Amino acid sequence: MNKTGGERRKERLDRGIKVRSDGIYALLSWRELGYLVLPRFVLIAGLLLLPIVVQSLYWQRVISNVCLYALLALSFDFLAHYVGLVSLGGALFIGTGAYIAALLNKQLGLSIILTIPIASVSGAAICTLLLLPCLPLRGVYFAIVSLMYPLAIKGIIEALNIFGGTDGIMGVDSFPNPWVERYFVITIVLLSLFGLRRLVNLDIGLVFRGVKDNDQAVRASGMSITYYKAVAVFIASTMGCLAGACLTHIYMFSGISLFGLDFSILPIAATVIGGGGTLAGPVIGCFILVPISELLREFGTLRTAFYAIILMAFIVFKSEGLMVYGQRKYHQFERWVKI
Amino acid sequence: MKADNQPMLHVEEATKAFGGILALNRVSFDVHPGEILGIIGPNGSGKTTLVNCITGFVTMTSGKVFFKGKNITGKPAHKIADLGVTRTFQIMRPYFSLPAYKNLVIPLFSPRAKRTGGWRGGGKLGDRNTVGIDILEEIGFERDSFVPYKLASSLPTGYLKRLELARCLALKPEIILCDEVFSGLSMSEIASMVPLIERLQMDGITLIMIEHRLRELFRVAGRVMVLNFGEKLVEGTPEEVMANAKVKEAYFGSEEVEEVMTYA
Repeated sequence: MNKTGGERRKERLDRGIKVRSDGIYALLSWRELGYLVLPRFVLIAGLLLLPIVVQSLYWQRVISNVCLYALLALSFDFLAHYVGLVSLGGALFIGTGAYIAALLNKQLGLSIILTIPIASVSGAAICTLLLLPCLPLRGVYFAIVSLMYPLAIKGIIEALNIFGGTDGIMGVDSFPNPWVERYFVITIVLLSLFGLRRLVNLDIGLVFRGVKDNDQAVRASGMSITYYKAVAVFIASTMGCLAGACLTHIYMFSGISLFGLDFSILPIAATVIGGGGTLAGPVIGCFILVPISELLREFGTLRTAFYAIILMAFIVFKSEGLMVYGQRKYHQFERWVKI
Repeated sequence: MKADNQPMLHVEEATKAFGGILALNRVSFDVHPGEILGIIGPNGSGKTTLVNCITGFVTMTSGKVFFKGKNITGKPAHKIADLGVTRTFQIMRPYFSLPAYKNLVIPLFSPRAKRTGGWRGGGKLGDRNTVGIDILEEIGFERDSFVPYKLASSLPTGYLKRLELARCLALKPEIILCDEVFSGLSMSEIASMVPLIERLQMDGITLIMIEHRLRELFRVAGRVMVLNFGEKLVEGTPEEVMANAKVKEAYFGSEEVEEVMTYA
């Protein structure tokens, strides 16, 4: 940390243990309480104000998109960093949720109030059942298998010409109005984020983390790892299917493009940028990546190249992720001192 | 087999083949309630494989295991642990990213601990954290120090070995299969572990101990079984076993044995 010939150096001091511990002692002073509440408040208030601040309809739609990707990124981060399942099944979750919601709406005429919850829960059940045989797999093997599912389902829909075949299902009901749509997805993202953060620190959350850390020790403790993995996949796929159901109602359409690779890859990229294992990081990552990819639309095919460069730069120069970096800086004082 | 004289664990001709190699060859033995059975043998003699077979972490090629007269052969590992047959790992397997006491919240969340541990594993208060700290204190973590609150990844070997035992104790086990709890410890650490083992026995827990530290093992074990190349050589009291010619041959040249035999 030497600067100008070793006369000064940067000194880093950790903040008091009381605030860093997040514990009950933080209640002792307003200053420490404020220190803890501020980042959370900024995130919540920022998200809630966003649709009001952003004027153009186009960018308002982008906000909804960001939130749906954020749900997927949250579910990826939860599975990968708290359960140890690296899942590329984002497209599976989105597609399943979207098709179920679209079919319920078009075929059975159910209203949007019913289709979204039913599609989330039943879609999650279907995804969990599909992934059940692969749950004993670990690491890259699980990743490969979970990537195959959306491709396989896409192929089946195309080949058998079911569920509207390549045309998809058109004319699905939309949200009553854009404000409901935006605030619904924003609320869901906030609830999922804070809900997951709470979940991973509950006793059952510790079991999930135990499965990631050391699954043999969990078996030796008399618990079935497959059961707990299945529960975790159900939680994650509920979020994914919910995002899918919202997507189909926002675009009033469900088609095989929803089983596309984008939904599996972008959440991972967002997690890398935001910082894996922080849960808030992937959400922030989505708020960076999705708008960038919208801005790059003007460049046509060059878009992918720019996108790749941004990702590579992050992986090389800030591989820990923005959130981890930010947290560290927030917990430290920095000042220059004379040697 | 009379009901009141039923062995805690009855292993019948346990055989395990890894490809063409017989890691275990028709090993049979009984463990009676409340006793400590030591299992010794040179490296690669199949001791850990035996533990893996009994606890369901490895499926046996042939043979049977009975726990309290009930056939548990081929059951999945978590079902066997659920019956109260618990094990420690030779290579310690804590949850490295969690503090020591949170390591115990996971076994306390298991179905067995929820059944046996009062208020769903959380003791009187229903709080698994306090029960975890209680168990750690029992096993030698100083309650008022910061050791129980440290991350498992920063604990030294001695504490990790204790943490392994604590994980078993959280399940209120009937029998613990200890896979080398003394190995890798200093003499003074071992000396403080021995009373712990004796106390577990007094609490009515049956123990199977796999050990290389013969001197300490012989202080606690009532009966010793010797394995060599996957076969059972002899079984008997420590004195009988060490006097046996076959055992001397298997351990030929080992300073430890010379030392122990003069001790015995």
